[in-house]
Order: sequence, then structure tokens, then C-alpha cells
Amino acid sequence: MIDKSSKGLLSESSKEKIEGLICIFPDKQSIILPVLHVIYDQLGYLDSKAIKEAASITEIPDVYFEEAASFYTMFPLEPVGKYLIQVCHNISCTLMGAESLIDYIKEKLGIKPGGTTADGLFTLVTVECLGSCGTAPVMRINDTYYENLTKAKVDKILETLRNQA
Amino acid sequence: MSFEPFLLTPIPDHDKIDVYLKHGGYTALSKVLKERTPEEVTQEVINSGLRGRGGAGFPTGRKWSFIPKDTDRPIYLCVNADESEPGTFKDRELMLKHPHMLIEGAVITAYAIKCNRAFIYIRGEFATEAHQLERAIAEATEKGFVGKNILGSGFDLEITIYRGGGAYICGEETALMTSLEGGKGYPRLKPPFPAVSGLYLSPTIINNVETICNIPHIMNRGAEWFKSMGTEKSTGSKIFCVSGHVNKPGNYELPMGISLRELLYEYAGGIKNDRNLKVVIPGGSSVPILTADKVDVKMDFESLVEAGSMLGSAGVIVMDETTCIVHAAYVISRFYQHESCGQCSPCRQGTLWMYRILDRIEHGKGKMEDIDLLLDICNNIEGNTICPLGDASVPAVRSSIKYFRDEYEYHIKNKKCLVQLDQRFE
Ligand SMILES: Cc1cc2nc3c(=O)[nH]c(=O)nc-3n(C[C@H](O)[C@H](O)[C@H](O)COP(=O)(O)O)c2cc1C
Ligand code: SF4
Ligand code: FES
Repeated sequence: MIDKSSKGLLSESSKEKIEGLICIFPDKQSIILPVLHVIYDQLGYLDSKAIKEAASITEIPDVYFEEAASFYTMFPLEPVGKYLIQVCHNISCTLMGAESLIDYIKEKLGIKPGGTTADGLFTLVTVECLGSCGTAPVMRINDTYYENLTKAKVDKILETLRNQA
Repeated sequence: MSFEPFLLTPIPDHDKIDVYLKHGGYTALSKVLKERTPEEVTQEVINSGLRGRGGAGFPTGRKWSFIPKDTDRPIYLCVNADESEPGTFKDRELMLKHPHMLIEGAVITAYAIKCNRAFIYIRGEFATEAHQLERAIAEATEKGFVGKNILGSGFDLEITIYRGGGAYICGEETALMTSLEGGKGYPRLKPPFPAVSGLYLSPTIINNVETICNIPHIMNRGAEWFKSMGTEKSTGSKIFCVSGHVNKPGNYELPMGISLRELLYEYAGGIKNDRNLKVVIPGGSSVPILTADKVDVKMDFESLVEAGSMLGSAGVIVMDETTCIVHAAYVISRFYQHESCGQCSPCRQGTLWMYRILDRIEHGKGKMEDIDLLLDICNNIEGNTICPLGDASVPAVRSSIKYFRDEYEYHIKNKKCLVQLDQRFE
């Protein structure tokens, strides 16, 4: 049971979503990955305390969630910046300048892949093919794709996000 | 010959159910439910010659017919929307612009294989596409095309979207199933084949998005119409995903067997900056490279094998003369090393070593022996692994050495690229 006295990390809406998932699969264990998505959607990373809370709602041992969390590289396991910039450096994007794109963002934000800006706004990572190779070079920020990138586009995207923050 | 794309049809707003209906959407489904038995549907698909569009090219109707007739277990359908093969980006367009085509195809497929529960396994990064499908399923459910007692036929189908977590290996069909069952996406040994014992140990059919999108058209227009396109053994159309150094990258749906030259120069606008073509990978990063002299090859399953490569997922990656082949092989090897699930040591160790060696050659620290060492590693991986990912890591490396050994040698001797990739990011 969830300890009601200590405040948990999961929001009421996330808990509801998780409860709603419990009965929809022929085998209960199938909800592990959907639950990780719920946690990621709320927090932007997979917090181990949140995983424990989710595990207790589903009554599935938390080690199963932890194992899955370490396997699926899409989910950060530690807190990241408000905007997670994922730049594709696979073959089609590299042919279209992804390495220069990464250098450009590195310089612009003053961080290396894996790093987060001091204001906590941007985290930069490199990722493998995003399935958008016809509009390379491509990056994904949180859940949104940005395609056919140029320096001017990157400038504008980052500025817009900074102003929104 | 004039060819009109029917998968990537240019109809605007085709993602809205009203528009889809106005253009003949869901007529195949209602005809099938009224007039055809499941066996007749499967036979029509067998007759059409349709082969899987996910990479392996297995005949679709034959796969369906492997479901045991006397099973008392539920039968499942998994639509493979994982789309992670580098160079491939067609299913994304199908799902965004034509989600109802996929849904209609999935319902007909489920009817043919007697399945009441379908899953669409979509790569985790495709959030917009997953929402688009969810929206379209809701529309289709409201109109009675999905759900209980579809169009009064007594046939039920529930469709669930299942989002992956960014692992390439989950596109491999057995890994897809273990992922859907909860937990890590580890491939399993075959046999048993999924059609006999798949998801939750039940008979399961796994088909690619593009494969499924063909089904309503085959039901509407018939196997003979489908066979009138393409070649004898590669029938129908194919969506070619063209990326890299061309003027107009993008998805082109064309008859199977179109020549690579026509695809590149007439449809994709030719090589960028009027440069010369150096290399094409015709089927996603898992297939051998083709050198420019093969540009007249026909793009179908058989012809590409004859030319020394494969159609794979039809991710056509184009490299011009400024591309350093060592650099390209290095980038590709990094991908397989990153995506190996680690279950078998030839794949886990082999992909890591190939990447490390290519990394040192690329960065000026290679030795001449490294070239043969790479070939050795290729031989040790191939055929010695549970799933085909290990094998898939080999072709780029082996074929690049085969055709461009001198470039590797130059790289090692001079500690730099023979040609410098023009990184035209501006
Ligand atoms: C490593 C690996 C990755 C794969 N990725 C995909 C994929 O992203 N999408 C897909 O449809 N098939 C993929 N496949 C092929 C599937 O295993 C399977 O053959 C296919 O989904 C069957 O559908 P089809 O017969 O309609 O092509 C992959 C195979 C391997 C070995
Ligand atoms: S071949 Fe590679 S990806 Fe496939 S099961 Fe073995 S280790 Fe995993
Ligand atoms: S290579 Fe970058 S999206 Fe495919």
C-alpha cells in the first residue's frame, strides 16, 4: 500500500493513469513500459522513488520496473534540463551535417553531450536514428521533432524555448 | 507507364475519417466482412504475392496461414511500427497522414487470422504519431469500424497502441513481443515461430505498417491488379525512403523493380551540388553498400540480392564523392554497438570491438592489421547469434572494406580521411 503520510512524487493524475492501465492487457506485466511512460511524461526522467510508488500501485515488484528502466534508453534516469535536446548522429543525419550541428549547439550552450546548462534549461544528448532521415539533420526536444535544421533554425528554436521557460 | 501512389496518396486531410470515407475508405472492410471468409481473404493476399515490407520480405498471406487451425488460445496481431532501421522513415508518414489506412488494414488482417486483439507497437519517440493513431482509432470506433460487433458482422477487434522505449532491437519481432509482455526487449530463439507461439505464448502475426496498409487496396482491387505492378516475385509498389546527398530527399512510392537511377535522378532530384555518386545503401544500414557503377540495378528483392545487397527496409541512403567510407562505417558501427541487447557474446563483444577499431582508424590511430581484424570479427559474429541484429552489424563494415580497402589503407597510413565529408550545415 502507498504510505499516505509521506508525500509521494507521482501526481494524482499520474496515479489515475497508472490505475487505468492495470486491466487493459491480457497479462498484467505488460503495463511496465506504459507505466514508465507515465512517470517520464510527468517528471521528464525515471525517478527511482516514483518507480517504487508506481510499483506498489500495480503490485508488481519494483525490480521489474528498474530493469526495464535501465534497458530503454529513451528515458533519462537522472533529472535533466527543462528541455532535453536529442540530436541524431546516425548515418543520414551525419551525411547532412549532424556533427557540425552538434558542435554548433555545444558551442552555443557551452555544454558537452550529457551536460546541462547552468540555468537548468537545456540538456544536450546525441541519439541514434530518429526515423526522420529524409529531413536530416534532425533533433528532438522533449517530444517534438525539429527537422531540416540550419543554424538560423536552431537559433530561433532555442531562443523561443528560452523565452517560454 | 503512369503510376499513381495508393499508399502515399496525395489526398489532403486524409487523416480525417470523413475525408478517408469520401475517398473509398473502409469499403474494403465492409465488403470483406459481408462477402468473404477469413480463408478467402488470406488466399487473396497469397495470390497477390505481397511480401513483408519490414525488411525480411516474407510472403504475407503465407505467414498468416501458419496460424494453427485448431488452436484454443487467443490469436494476436502485432503491427510493427517500431521504424528504427537507420535510413527508414516511411511508416511515420503513413501513420501521420493515412492512419485510417493502417487501421482498416489491421481490422481486415485481424479478421483473416481470427484475432480479436491487436497491438500497434510504435517506437517511443513517435509521440505525435502515437497520438494521431489514438485519435484515429477513436474516430473509427465511433463509426463502428473498430470495437465490438464491427459493422454488425459479429466480429470484434480491440486495438491498443503500445509505445516502445527507444530500443532498436524491439523492432525485431521476438524482441517486440518480449517488450510488449513487460520488461526488457530481449529477442528469443526461433523456432517456435510467432505464428505458433508468440505473444503471451499464443499464436501471433507480426506485420510491418506498410505491409498492413496494402491490405485494404488488395481487397478492393484484387490480387491481379496488385500483381500487375512490380516484378514477378516482387509484386506491388514499394515506398523508398531516400536520404543523404540528394536534392529532394523523401519518401517515394513506386512500382517494385524501378531502377535506382530513375529513383535517384528522376524522383529524388539527382545528387546534391552536382557531385558524383559514390555509394548507395539501398535497404537501411543493415545491408551491404552498392558502389556507383551499380546505379542501374532494379529495386526489388531479387535484383538487389543479385547486385550484392538487399532491399531490406528500402531505406536508400545516398553518399556523394565527398563521403569518407571509413567515417560512414564508423558511424554505422557505433549504432549497432549501442543497440546490441547483450544476450549473445559474439554480438555484444563483436559490435563493441568493431566500433572501437573503426573509432581508432577514424581518429588516426589505426594499424594496418586492423582491416583484417575487422573482417575476422565479421566472420565471428555472423551466424552465431540469437537474432539477426548481430548479422545486421556486419554488411556495412565488410562491404566497405571489400570495395574501398584502399581508402582504409590511406586512412591508416595518413591518419586522416582520403576525402573530407562536406558538412553542409549552415
Ligand atoms: C534488429 C531488427 C530490427 C527490426 N526492426 C524492424 C522495424 O523497425 N520495423 C519492422 O517492421 N520490422 C523490423 N524488423 C523486421 C521484423 O523482425 C519482422 O520481420 C517484420 O516486422 C515482419 O513484418 P513484415 O513481414 O510485414 O515485414 C527488424 C528486424 C531486426 C532483426
Ligand atoms: S544478436 Fe545481438 S541483439 Fe540479437 S539477441 Fe544476440 S546480443 Fe541481442
Ligand atoms: S539518421 Fe538521423 S533521423 Fe535517421
